[in-house]
Amino acid sequence: MSKENGNHLQSGLRLKVGLAEMLKGGVIMDVMNVEQARIAEEAGAVAVMALERVPAMIRAEGGVARMANPKLIKEIMGAVTIPVMAKARIGHFAEAQVLQHLGVDFIDESEVLTPADEAHHIDKHAFTTPFVCGARNLGEALRRIAEGAAMIRTKGEAGTGDVVHAVQHMRQITKELRQVTVAREEELYHMAKEHGAPYELVRLVAKTGKLPVPNFSAGGIATPADAALMMQLGAETVFVGSGIFMKERATPLDVEHNAKEREEAVSRARAIVIATTHFNDPKIVAEASEQVTGTMKGLAAAAIEERDQLQTRGW
Amino acid sequence: MTGKATTIGVLAVQGDYEAHSAAFAELGMATCPVKTVEDLAGVTALVMPGGESTAMLRLLKRSGLDASLREFVRKQPVFATCAGCILLARQVLHPEQESFAALDVTVERNAYGRQNESAICMVETTLPGGDLEAVFIRAPRIQQMGPSVEALAWRDGFPVLVRQGGILAATFHPELASDRRIHQLFLQMVETNLQQNTSNFRA
Repeated sequence: MSKENGNHLQSGLRLKVGLAEMLKGGVIMDVMNVEQARIAEEAGAVAVMALERVPAMIRAEGGVARMANPKLIKEIMGAVTIPVMAKARIGHFAEAQVLQHLGVDFIDESEVLTPADEAHHIDKHAFTTPFVCGARNLGEALRRIAEGAAMIRTKGEAGTGDVVHAVQHMRQITKELRQVTVAREEELYHMAKEHGAPYELVRLVAKTGKLPVPNFSAGGIATPADAALMMQLGAETVFVGSGIFMKERATPLDVEHNAKEREEAVSRARAIVIATTHFNDPKIVAEASEQVTGTMKGLAAAAIEERDQLQTRGW
Repeated sequence: MTGKATTIGVLAVQGDYEAHSAAFAELGMATCPVKTVEDLAGVTALVMPGGESTAMLRLLKRSGLDASLREFVRKQPVFATCAGCILLARQVLHPEQESFAALDVTVERNAYGRQNESAICMVETTLPGGDLEAVFIRAPRIQQMGPSVEALAWRDGFPVLVRQGGILAATFHPELASDRRIHQLFLQMVETNLQQNTSNFRA
């Protein structure tokens, strides 16, 4: 595995994928302030995603969602020792340049923010900082990897607390990976065309049976059992966005002033971390679930009109 | 190769444990993941992989694995990389952090900077075969080491691969490179331990 993930890659990409390797088996948490970042680190998160509004708030409040204020990102970078990620809009390479300048450890070119370009994603090879991108199927994942992404995450439907689309996208990618591995050599050309992905990458995954970069899961994971589900379906790490710090649809738990609500966030964060490590052990997942003192209310993904879905952004 | 009595476990609470398993598989050695106290009881040597040391520490505590691990690393062969090296160190700086204090070194976390300062370098080594390719990712640096610790490779004068009794530790990631000399060395150490199997193995 280390071989496919590293040795023949150029050194810049090896370092980028290398950091993604370090995050495996862990939980990456969305945080909106220093206190949340500290809670995440204390709970055992492997990284935090610094942003101004979590997807559930973006969905409820509407408006244009952009890169977070550098001041906030710097505060969070100063508050924790684990890697800090931040989001840039799809195609917004100037936001990505700013994030690289700030020294964030990973940039998420994210459909959760309002896209800045309707045709082009960022040329991620042009950056030293590694990128993670969302994908719903194999073709989309390989297009992002061709552009230089060092990590793929299934998109799911962010900000819902409904895991159904994360499951759908993970199953889609793993199914298509399996199909590619059993294809005959001459069929791979056609498959590359069907998936809209570079032939070389299709040929590579046909040989290895897995993406050449780590494959994480995001979008709707809200409980310890959700995390265990995604890990068993093949995710190598989970992103939890709105699931830890949200109370009602657009109201976060007040972790700064309300001790009870802080404790609730801590209990959720810890439980999801434990369930992610021990995803194969229902006894431990059960114990972790029992410790949770509340779960985000959520929004059934099926009730969202297609035009309001975040996952359809990105091409 | 090592005898039947050897079972190498790879600590798998978080991190690049699969890369270590794959590296040992290339050398014909099967490994098993260690997540619980029961898993640890079934192994005779342990790999502590790269990852996030703070996250690992929290997880080890919560599962109660930290107490048995603390004992294990003082008795059995252990191979630690990056975060694993931080967990074994006598003292951790930047910021200060709890550790198992089994390896007589002081390490500074993220000593070279953040991800943008991660680097792949050729480092000088006393291992036969010449310079080693070393992958440093948000790497720690060994600032000081005690007299019982032997340095086996250096970057800019700082030790990056060290050995103390049955402990082998690197501040970089041999599991992410193709050079298998370091994993091979650990297998030899495990073999030696098996043959000696005496209480004074760890000086």
